[in-house]
Amino acid sequence: MINLEVPKKFAFVIGQAHRVATEVMRPNSRKYDRAEHTYPRELDMLAAVINGMNESGALSGAGAGGVSRGGSRSGNGASADDGGTRNGSNLASVLSVAEVSWGDVGLLLTMPGQGLGNSAIAAVANEEQLERFGGKWAAMAITEPEAGSDSAAIRTTAKLDGDEYVLNGEKIFVTSGDRAELIVVWASLDRDQGRAAIKSFVVERDNPGLKLDRLEHKLGIRASDTANFVLSDCRVPRENLLGSPEIELGRGFAGVMQTFDNTRPLVAAMALGVARACLEETRERLGQAGIRIDYVTPPLSQSAAAAEFLAMEADYEAARLLTLQAAWMADNGKPNSLQASMAKAKAGRTGTDVALRCVALCGTVGYGEGELLEKWARDAKILDIFEGTQQIQLLVIARLLLGKSSAELK
Amino acid sequence: MPRQQQNLADRSMTFGLRALNRFAGSPVVDRLGLREPAERFLYGASKTTMRTAASAGRTFAAAQRLASPARQPTAQPSGLFDLTPTDEQRMLTESVRDFAQQKLRPAALAADAACVSPPELLAQSDELGLTMIGVPEELGGAVTERSAVTAVLMSEALAQGDMGLAVACLAPAAVSTALSLWGDQDQQATYLPEFVGERIPAASLAVLEPRALFDPFKLETRARRSNGGYVLSGVKSLVPRAADGELFIVAAVLDGRGPALFIVEAAAGGISVEPEPAMGIRAAATGRVTFEDVPLPDGSLIGDVNSYAECIQLGRIGWSALAVGTGQAVLDYVIPYVKDRTAFGEPIANRQAVAFAVSNIAIELGGLRLATYRAASRADQGKSFAREAALARRLASEHGMSIGSDGVQLLGGHGYVKEHPVERWYRDLRAAGLMEGVLLV
Repeated sequence: MINLEVPKKFAFVIGQAHRVATEVMRPNSRKYDRAEHTYPRELDMLAAVINGMNESGALSGAGAGGVSRGGSRSGNGASADDGGTRNGSNLASVLSVAEVSWGDVGLLLTMPGQGLGNSAIAAVANEEQLERFGGKWAAMAITEPEAGSDSAAIRTTAKLDGDEYVLNGEKIFVTSGDRAELIVVWASLDRDQGRAAIKSFVVERDNPGLKLDRLEHKLGIRASDTANFVLSDCRVPRENLLGSPEIELGRGFAGVMQTFDNTRPLVAAMALGVARACLEETRERLGQAGIRIDYVTPPLSQSAAAAEFLAMEADYEAARLLTLQAAWMADNGKPNSLQASMAKAKAGRTGTDVALRCVALCGTVGYGEGELLEKWARDAKILDIFEGTQQIQLLVIARLLLGKSSAELK
Repeated sequence: MPRQQQNLADRSMTFGLRALNRFAGSPVVDRLGLREPAERFLYGASKTTMRTAASAGRTFAAAQRLASPARQPTAQPSGLFDLTPTDEQRMLTESVRDFAQQKLRPAALAADAACVSPPELLAQSDELGLTMIGVPEELGGAVTERSAVTAVLMSEALAQGDMGLAVACLAPAAVSTALSLWGDQDQQATYLPEFVGERIPAASLAVLEPRALFDPFKLETRARRSNGGYVLSGVKSLVPRAADGELFIVAAVLDGRGPALFIVEAAAGGISVEPEPAMGIRAAATGRVTFEDVPLPDGSLIGDVNSYAECIQLGRIGWSALAVGTGQAVLDYVIPYVKDRTAFGEPIANRQAVAFAVSNIAIELGGLRLATYRAASRADQGKSFAREAALARRLASEHGMSIGSDGVQLLGGHGYVKEHPVERWYRDLRAAGLMEGVLLV
């Protein structure tokens, strides 16, 4: 039966996430925006609490680590079917990620143990690997200087040598790369065989072949470190390859790309959190200026500011529901590549658009560093870029709708 | 639950048979038979002069009166987030979708040109039982539970065929739903039997008034108390099937109370109708209706102080649902077109500028659909839904319009001519952001 309300059973999870956001994230927002590259010590204590909650099942997948296909693997706190539908860890994850991002998305991105590498591990690791890597903070290294959105063009290579793979190449834009314990590195087993040869490898952060090149200075999400690495003869055990070691031509990216169906709704959720923070702050400031948002009077009969607000809130609503839809489909084992990309595209652009317009609505209060709106507007931009830019999402969606291959629709 | 199962089976009999009997007959003959109704529209289109509402043939008389007004109960969902329609909704929507694809779509071009819906089509729509969906079972209704979601799904399916024809088909259903939701036992006994009978009256819910920045909460149409009844004066705009209207529910300010709804029989006297064709939804035969000191009996006022706002919001959800349906029609039409159409040696779908436009239609349509469902679902659950209805309306207005525009754009010059339906959808989709009333989900 059609119902688009958040189930009551998630109230506790969301409440916990909200407390984290108000008590830990918000008070430290400006501090780590200014002190870029300084590790937010406050999060260590939080990580312990979150891990505890994860294990008890109370916080069913509050971070990236919790999502997986069909919710089959997590089993954490997601109750069984009820009338045929399931609300599990994917839905719980997007809701709690949105809530924590409402607090501060930069800090969320550097939450110990909640890296995007954790999602990759959760999505494609075997039982033995789950055992070995579980509980460790894992970052994700895909992008290279010459391969951004075009992940198939990556040049990092992996050669089998005895019982080890030897990795060589350069990786940039690795979120939490300096702080994580593991880096999931995408590399090619054979550059002549294209995408099918691209596999992901788990590299321990203290591997001597993995050298930190530098940390980036960024527009926003400064609390989160963004690392560039050089891999030179970096040796990892062959058991650290995630998924199948075979190069299956024609299967393309299936293994590695599967991760994205799970993580795109999470990034969409981050954008939702930032957008909601902006909208709430702006609503309050507009209220102080004597503007009340009226849902009954037609927007065109209200002030321009109120009409603008309603327009933003409507797009926020659309983005939010698209995100919940994608997560719900994952929880119910329905293929959701199309919906995941739709959610990411809509939420990504809405987050940036809403944040920038809220800054303008609030004038110097919005633009000045005295409040957080200007920071949120800077933070929001990355959410329309990483895990697939706006343009990549539109491409993915179009190929699916039009039945086009990547060779036909470039 | 066994009871539900049985009702479902019953209903599939009622619905399936009534529907199948009509439109599964002989599609070929029916399709060829479209010429004759097309000629008949010309008669409708020629009625361009102001005239007194003369179709006031029908008199409404109280039938069996219940001790208290009947209301449909609402089903309470499990509380889980769920996008799965019920079996009943799926079944109803499928039959309506068939009707929309097989009957409405082929008739749309001619009906748009003639500014009237073919009477045969309206009769078939009556057979479908659209006016019965919102009526309680004890008054002859077709569905156990009150469900705005069901109405949304059916509206969407109809508009996927054609929005103008959908409005014409749904207009009487808005009146029967209003009577079911807010009518007292006398009003229900007098009017509802006609809406579950053989010949459904042409009826419509008139809210709009002809001026810029119209606000349904600041009406100029007035009702004043007089001789134990009311006297109604004002002008209503874009009233569907106005010329043939037998019954209206009219929004007017009642002194000392604010905006309210009044039941007005076309036979009341003092009502004149003139055609008011518009940019789109032309098949709905929209007209401007002038009420000049129309005397209304006591008991014409329908609903309590909260009903009016609820009516406006449910109407807005209805228009969003139509935008979803027509938006889907656009998407379904442009996808094969851009794959077939070649330019510079390859399908234009291979170009990002074209492909991304298709992606954006899908994204915004998806968001609009979910926002519309959410508003309707909240209404069914007895939760506040003013905010959600307003947001869905905004999405329908803005993105619905863009989808219409992109639909034409993607076909280029071909989209601008009537050989393809996208130019009609462009015109129809603009309605969703400005219409008030008419529909009730």
